[in-house]
This record gives sequence, structure tokens and C-alpha cells, in this order.
Amino acid sequence: MSKKLSIKLPGLEMKNPIMPASGCFGFGREFSKLYDLSSLGAIGIKATTEESRFGNPTPRVAETPGGMLNAIGLQNPGLEKVVSEELPFLESYDVPILANIAGTKTEDYVNVAEKVAKAPNVTALELNISCPNVKEGGISFGTDPEVAAALTKAVKEVSEVPVYVKLSPNVADIVTIAQAVEQAGADGLSMINTLLGMRIDLKTQQPILANRAGGLSGPAIKPVAVRMIYEVSQRVSIPIIGMGGITTADDVIEFFLAGASAVAVGTANFVNPFICPELIDELEERLSTMKVDNINELVGRSWSSCYNQS
Amino acid sequence: MRREDTVVTENIEIARNIYQVTFKGEIVSEMTEPGQFLHLRTSDQYMPLLRRPISICDVDIDRQECTMLYRADGEGTKQLSDKRQGDQLDVLGPLGNGFPLDTIKGETALLVGGGIGVPPLYYLSKKLVEKGVNVFHVLGFASAEDTFYKQQFSELGETIITTIDGSLGYQGFVTNYILEEQPPYDILYSCGPTPMLNAIEQQLHPERAYFSFEERMGCGIGACFACVCHVQGDETGTSYKKVCSDGPVFPTGVIQL
Repeated sequence: MSKKLSIKLPGLEMKNPIMPASGCFGFGREFSKLYDLSSLGAIGIKATTEESRFGNPTPRVAETPGGMLNAIGLQNPGLEKVVSEELPFLESYDVPILANIAGTKTEDYVNVAEKVAKAPNVTALELNISCPNVKEGGISFGTDPEVAAALTKAVKEVSEVPVYVKLSPNVADIVTIAQAVEQAGADGLSMINTLLGMRIDLKTQQPILANRAGGLSGPAIKPVAVRMIYEVSQRVSIPIIGMGGITTADDVIEFFLAGASAVAVGTANFVNPFICPELIDELEERLSTMKVDNINELVGRSWSSCYNQS
Repeated sequence: MRREDTVVTENIEIARNIYQVTFKGEIVSEMTEPGQFLHLRTSDQYMPLLRRPISICDVDIDRQECTMLYRADGEGTKQLSDKRQGDQLDVLGPLGNGFPLDTIKGETALLVGGGIGVPPLYYLSKKLVEKGVNVFHVLGFASAEDTFYKQQFSELGETIITTIDGSLGYQGFVTNYILEEQPPYDILYSCGPTPMLNAIEQQLHPERAYFSFEERMGCGIGACFACVCHVQGDETGTSYKKVCSDGPVFPTGVIQL
């Protein structure tokens, strides 16, 4: 294990700061055929809801310059199967699991959180209050600071493991929401989820996605994520898992400089399924050339150096 | 399955907007199953960002060469059509489950293709002929200038071309021809637009048939859930198949058309 890359966050003792982002890695089965999942820092598994969900009609994806829109709709096999089939499969790997949970009512989140947190390999929860693709729940919990805080508190009461709250960028003031969930007991933040977007087909003159709107991800949203992490990390004292268009080792470093303490790689897994192990190798080399002993040194350096000078 | 930067050896237009690209690489040695597909990056820039799934049309294992046919229709396939001999082509694959060949011996197979769904049937037909299966092709196109691979299929077995405007071969849809002429067959394989597959299932009621499906894909390996289809006879509405990793080939009666 490289000392340069190892980091320790609430619930997540990671060999390196790279994890696949929830929703972009299923439950790991497909990628386990391509490389050893134990090489990852952690795994963000697909959102789990109480009941199984088929999700939205197709088309579910559309492309935009530097990005993609998706409206999958939280398709997943439901709490029972995730706990009895998917999580046990991942137990054969030496990697902490960040389990993403979603729901339409507070009780759903609480019930799923309580049961998923009991799985031996789930070392942290990621509260999904920012999915733009489901009509109820999801994003409606993530746009109001009081609602977000109340849900965080309710989940914290039942969860045996630390809770990260995944924030939506589709808000006027992300700092207020971040501070509200921190106050409510969140152990960390994940940011950002996708930005709401739409594409219209010129032939049919209708939106391409069957769901009409969808979540924009990929390199196109990276500057938005960097800006939001830069702002939030200066105003909260809990760690941030940064995500939003990460594709290269330099992107990882940029997120750390902005204030992230770990990163998640999403859309890039669809372009190159080997991206995570490739990034881990590249990051190690990059830090050597930068003469950085541990990646932790970079956290928030873009703003902490300003204070040092003033 | 692997990812490899292969080298383009040829890329030519063979019918209106239809291109034939051939590339060389070690990855080709894994392409033994007809009906599988490859996931291509058409640019090393970010537009388009995602790969393009294209079916395998022909494979020369000894020369490590693979041929694909595609329609240059959208941004990705137009970029692909700009590739020249010697250019790099980023290929991921082979992906998905192809046409099963084990169950068939010395019988007659009816291969029914429509438009850009025709290409994977070529490699399938070659493999069937190798096994001593008698092949009969019915290939549908919009018109004569959209037609391709008539000669290549004819060398493997009887080949009927149908065109909607009647400018070549039989005028009408592939199903019109099959209903009218009733060619005998033991097993049916098909790839083409969903309305065509639906017509085959509804009008021909084949007992043994395999269909290859097309759906807009993200990752191509089963992780993103972009290409899911409903399953026939599922009252809960929550059962699904992923076209990329459970398919793209399914026995008839599985996918809700």
C-alpha cells in the first residue's frame, strides 16, 4: 500500500482516494471481471431503495459536448436483494463500501439506512438527497436546508456507520445546505450530484430523454463541482468526497486543491471501464513528480494558501 | 474482453451512407462468437463522450482483422467515417452474448436482416456454413442504393433482397416475402429495427428464433442501466434485461417488443 495515496475519512479507510461513484458502477459485478476491486479506495454502490425499482422508460441517456444526460430513475433490485445478494458478493473484496440510499419518504430512508448499515462491509452511507430523475423524494429533500437537515438527523439516529450527504448542485446556495446537514450530524459530504439538463431532438422536435429532463455529468460539469467544493470546504469542517467529471489524475489533484479529501469517478467509467485503476497508478506518479508525500497535503490548498498570505 | 488501440486498414463507403471499416489488432483473436459487438471511441476528445456500439460483421482470425459496417448518421459515426488507413481506433470488446450455434446441426437456418441490422448476420452465416448448416437469407433495405453485401451473402447461400420501393429484388418488407413464399426453415435468426422483429414474432410465429436487439447504450458492459428492456409476461413490471450484457441476442419471446 502506497503511503502517498492512503487516506482516512469517517468510516472509510482507503488505500487510495479513488472510488467509483454511485450509479456508475452498479454493484461492482461487471467491473470485477475486468480488474481486482480490492485495488480501489472504496466503492460507491448504486442507490438502494426499499422496494425494487425499474426506473424510467428509455431513452435514458443523451450526449452533450463533454458530457452526458441520464435519467435512469434509480433502477435497483430493492433493499432485500441488495442486502442478501449484492453486498455479500462484494464481501470477497478488501474494500470499504459507501452505500448510497434513496427514498421517497423519511421512513424509507430510515428503514433502508438502518438495514444497509448493518452489512459487514458497508462502512459508510451516502444519503442521496439529490437525484434529479425521480418525481418524489430524491432532489426534493436536497433543495431545502431544513428538510435536508431533518432527514440527515433521522438517518444518523439509526445508522451504525458514518453518514455522508450527497448534495445537489441545483440550488441557489449550496453552502447553507452543507452547513445545515453538518449541524444535523452528517459525517461528510459528497458533491456534486448531476446538474439538471435537457436535449431536444431536431427530427422529432421533442426531448431526447423519455423522462424529458435528466442529470448532466462528465467533464462539462467539472468547473461547477470545483467551484462548489471550493466554497463549501471553507465553510464546513467535515470532509468532502469530490465528484463531477473527473477523467484524469490532474483532475483528481484539482479537486483536492479545491478542498476535497477523496474523489469519486463517475461517467468516465462508461468511457473507459479501466479508468479507476489507471487513475490510481497515474496519481501516484503525478504526486512523485510534484514531490508530495501524501495527497492529504493538497486538501484545500487553493484557499488555505490565501489565508497564509493575508 | 479488453480495450485496445487498433489500427484501421480500410474505411470505405459501400452503399448510401453505409461504410465498411476494417481494423487490425490482437483483440480480434477473441472475436469467435457471431452477434457480439464492439464499443468504439470515435474521437479522443470529449464530443461525443461515450463509445459507439457497432456489431461485428466479419472476422479474419489468422490476419487479426475485423470488419464492421455502420451507417454514418450521427456525430460519432460521422467521425468514424473520417478515419483513414493507419489511424488508431480505440476498441473495447468483444461485448455481449452472440447467436448460439451449439443447438443447430445440418438443418436449415433462415437469416432475416433489416437495414443496418444486416451486418452481424454475415459472420453468423459464415459460422453456420462452417458447421454444415444450410443458410437462406432474406435481407430488407429501403431501396437499391441502400443495399449492401448482396454478393457476399449470395456466396454463402440463397439470398433474397427485398426493398420497400421495389428498386431491387422483391418489393415489400422481409415479412411480406416470407409469408408469401414460405421458405422452409428449422431455426430463424434476425437482426433489424424493432418493428421488423415485432412483425416476425407476430406474423411468422417462429418456434425457434433468436433476435438481436438494438438500444441506446452508455457503458456497454451492464453497469449504467441505460439499455434496459421489459420482459414478456412480467406482471410486476420490474423485471428487465440489459441489451448490452444480457443480450444483444435473446431467444424470441423474452423481450417485450
